[in-house]
Amino acid sequence: MVRKRIIPCLLLQNKSLVKTIRFKKPNYIGDAINTVRIFNELEVDELILLDITLTSSVSEPDYQLLKDIASECFMPLAYGGGISSVKQAKKIIEIGYEKIIVNSTAYRDRHLITQIAEELGNQCVIGAIDVKKNIFGKYLTCSNSGKQKEHKNPFEWAKELESLGAGEIMVTSINQEGTWKGFDLNLIKKIVESVNVPIIGHGGAGSLDHINKLFNLGTNAAAVGSMVVYQKKGMGVLINFPI
Amino acid sequence: MITIIDLGIGNIGSVINMIKYVGGDCKVSSSPMEIKSASKLILPGVGSFDKAMNQLRNKQLVDVIVEKATIDKVPLLGICLGMQLLTSSSEEGNEIGLDLIPAETLSFKKALKKNLVKERIPHMGWNDVQVKQVNKLTKDLIEFSRFYFVHSYYVKCLHQENSLMTSHHGFEFNSAIVKDNVYGVQFHPEKSHKYGKKLISNFIAL
Repeated sequence: MVRKRIIPCLLLQNKSLVKTIRFKKPNYIGDAINTVRIFNELEVDELILLDITLTSSVSEPDYQLLKDIASECFMPLAYGGGISSVKQAKKIIEIGYEKIIVNSTAYRDRHLITQIAEELGNQCVIGAIDVKKNIFGKYLTCSNSGKQKEHKNPFEWAKELESLGAGEIMVTSINQEGTWKGFDLNLIKKIVESVNVPIIGHGGAGSLDHINKLFNLGTNAAAVGSMVVYQKKGMGVLINFPI
Repeated sequence: MITIIDLGIGNIGSVINMIKYVGGDCKVSSSPMEIKSASKLILPGVGSFDKAMNQLRNKQLVDVIVEKATIDKVPLLGICLGMQLLTSSSEEGNEIGLDLIPAETLSFKKALKKNLVKERIPHMGWNDVQVKQVNKLTKDLIEFSRFYFVHSYYVKCLHQENSLMTSHHGFEFNSAIVKDNVYGVQFHPEKSHKYGKKLISNFIAL
């Protein structure tokens, strides 16, 4: 049986790693390469890198940094942030990444997902959905690191991403991200029921119990941030993998 | 020296990283002349079966690979799609495979449906392997080995003797295959931590 994956999700901001709370207040964690080296030694299942500065910019990913990171990794790697062309996706796969995460661009150019899937295979494309819950409890999708509302129904959007060719769906709860309060199980459960590809749940992991609850929904992977870069809630940086 | 066959698509970077890390030497090539003189070959690959076979054909690599494998008998390792290319055909496309190992590549979705099993496709993540034959590639990988998989099609050997490892996703499938000097692994050893390091070291030592 395929094992459930626990995936450190690391946020890049100008060559450094940071950790946010509800997509805001980036806090410096450390040097990207050193941190990734530690995760490699800890033999983590997989690693996700998201460049949070590129999401709405036109500049290219920092290929040299991404390459240096990949050379430290003997586990699967996914990259997201500012991907807007097949050419960029191919370049990142070539330097040692397995998966490309597409989020904001998909709202404007949904064929990008199909094009990457056709060129590199479905398993290379993760369709990412950032979801904000409004005060009425309604779920809305957002792009550009949560800054722009997209007014899509996240469950319909997940289905659409799957049919466009995404081999995996990553769903992030903006309300829970960085809070240590647990995943938005209601949100993720509905995503799990909407599609047939593997699901990565993200946002709010604070304990192994939270992760177990997520796995019980039928998700395949949990992306974790704070838990693996901080000692405890409100305490200092400590790169760890508690599993 | 290992020659990695360059199909123009694929995560060759990770394979190079891993070979270097475990102390091996490698070069990347898509030239039939260079591949003709290779002493060891790796055929990696992501993408689709037909696209990869067409690439091999366009680069005039089909005959030279078959010759290296069957006449010169150099060790050849197919990784992921590269393993599927070693089989005769794939339900993913219409092209004929390299047909170096008597096996076929089938659709997970179709087979799961037929067996009335519900599993998510692609088969993605770390899975256990059962070693069916202990040889120079699998030695020291017998117990508790796990590897990283990501694929939507699986290989089915026609004969038991070609099954090197099996894994389970809804049903049992061949996660590694062998025929003489030709090996195929469905998982990504270059992305499988110490288990992958061991397997690649074993291949280097062949």
